[in-house]
Amino acid sequence: MTTPADDPRFLRLGPDDNVLVAREDVPAGAQVIVGGVTVVLDRAIARGHKIASRAIGKGEKVMKYGASIGSATAAIQRGEHVHLHNLASDYTASHVIASAAGRTS
Amino acid sequence: MTAMLRGYLRSDGRKGIRNVVAVAYLVECAHHVGRKVVEAFSDDEVHLIGFPGCFPNAYAQQMMERLCTHPNVGAVLLLSLGCESFDKYRLADIVERSGRPVQTLTIQAQGGTLKTVEAGRNWIGQQLAALAEESTVAMAPNELVIGTVCGGSDGTSGITGNPAAGRAFDHLVLEGAACIFEETGELIGCEEIMAARAVTPELGDELRRAVDKAAHYYATLGYGSFAPGNADGGLTTIEEKSMGAYAKSGASPISGLIKPGDIPPRGGLYLMDVVPDGEVRFGFPNISDNAEIVEMIASGCHEVLFVTGRGSVSGSALSPVIKICANPDTYRRLADDMDVDAGRILEGRASLDEVGTEIYDMVLAVARGQQTKSESLGHREFILTYKSFEPIGPACLPS
Repeated sequence: MTTPADDPRFLRLGPDDNVLVAREDVPAGAQVIVGGVTVVLDRAIARGHKIASRAIGKGEKVMKYGASIGSATAAIQRGEHVHLHNLASDYTASHVIASAAGRTS
Repeated sequence: MTAMLRGYLRSDGRKGIRNVVAVAYLVECAHHVGRKVVEAFSDDEVHLIGFPGCFPNAYAQQMMERLCTHPNVGAVLLLSLGCESFDKYRLADIVERSGRPVQTLTIQAQGGTLKTVEAGRNWIGQQLAALAEESTVAMAPNELVIGTVCGGSDGTSGITGNPAAGRAFDHLVLEGAACIFEETGELIGCEEIMAARAVTPELGDELRRAVDKAAHYYATLGYGSFAPGNADGGLTTIEEKSMGAYAKSGASPISGLIKPGDIPPRGGLYLMDVVPDGEVRFGFPNISDNAEIVEMIASGCHEVLFVTGRGSVSGSALSPVIKICANPDTYRRLADDMDVDAGRILEGRASLDEVGTEIYDMVLAVARGQQTKSESLGHREFILTYKSFEPIGPACLPS
């Protein structure tokens, strides 16, 4: 089996995963190779955040470490940021501070 | 063959790597007096622990009994107001039977704050002189009990710090030490892969049940064990956080399932079930990271590995906490608080195995007396709240 080529700034944690994890902060507009295909990031991806390594359908399981980490709540394109806006737990909802949106400290 | 350690031999056969005086307040009303007593001494010698509640609770009673007879504790001062429900007589008897010096001061009988503080300080002064004379005995690495927790996790925790702690655990388990990981609320989604590592199918069922219980408990409360900082750091769901947290357990077979205060009967890897049994009562299982650390210590942990991505600065009373920083940016910002820079793995400056070995070596060095960062900074956090547990089932411990 050949693993598709991924950008060295991203980590693939399991062979069947459909997300990659940023090893470092990658700016918006960066060209990134994802599964052998070059995509342009539409937003900055901070270290530790995820992008889709292939197109993921709405309702499809999102796989990281070879395990499901929840279901896609929207169709996700290859290279798109995968986070609270398009991925939800199959167990309990994730809590965020609504008034903290956009603040950095 | 690893070189021998030295430890303080206790009457139950366990050995301590520290020899501290524990000052325990038995209700919040005695907390301030406890703080004033401890203030007169070095952070290294006298630690403050306690239980704030005035209502009786079997879990809190057992936790205090285990903590006051922890191998790192050499003497115990109990501080009672006088009208609280805590059974100070039973606690004092248990400490006395363990062979440790114990003194109970009741503030109402003593004549108030000043007189209790003075009596407490005088008693501790005498104990410190005696503790300084105590000798140590040879202690093997397989006599260590080591816990691991993670807090302030981010998207790097599950890639660097947690798997590196897992490598250190593999090494310690191989040496015959007892290693404890937690917590079931942060293993939601991992139940099947974890159950497959159990040494018996019956234990596998117990592990699965423990995680089901946690999922139900948190669903009832309406929040998972997931903080806003987790999401800022790139984690999206509890399952994702769980998979990262699970990596702390390493790859050894799982020998048992224990609850807070249960002491592992022998070496091996144990899961601690920290979620209360029965109906949801008393609120969230562990309201902050230190509640987990305290439970690990009550189960006999000599040291606790604490993996953080966002950057926790917490330490603990009674047992040293080794801070493993998963995120290289956080490490650069908070280096004064961090013992291990596991984020090097992300930047290609070290391998998982190298950092795992570094953590293992640090566990032994700390057992030999080296201070961790949180220890030398005086971090002695402690928190204990209400819970209720049923005893563990027969399939939970190795036969």
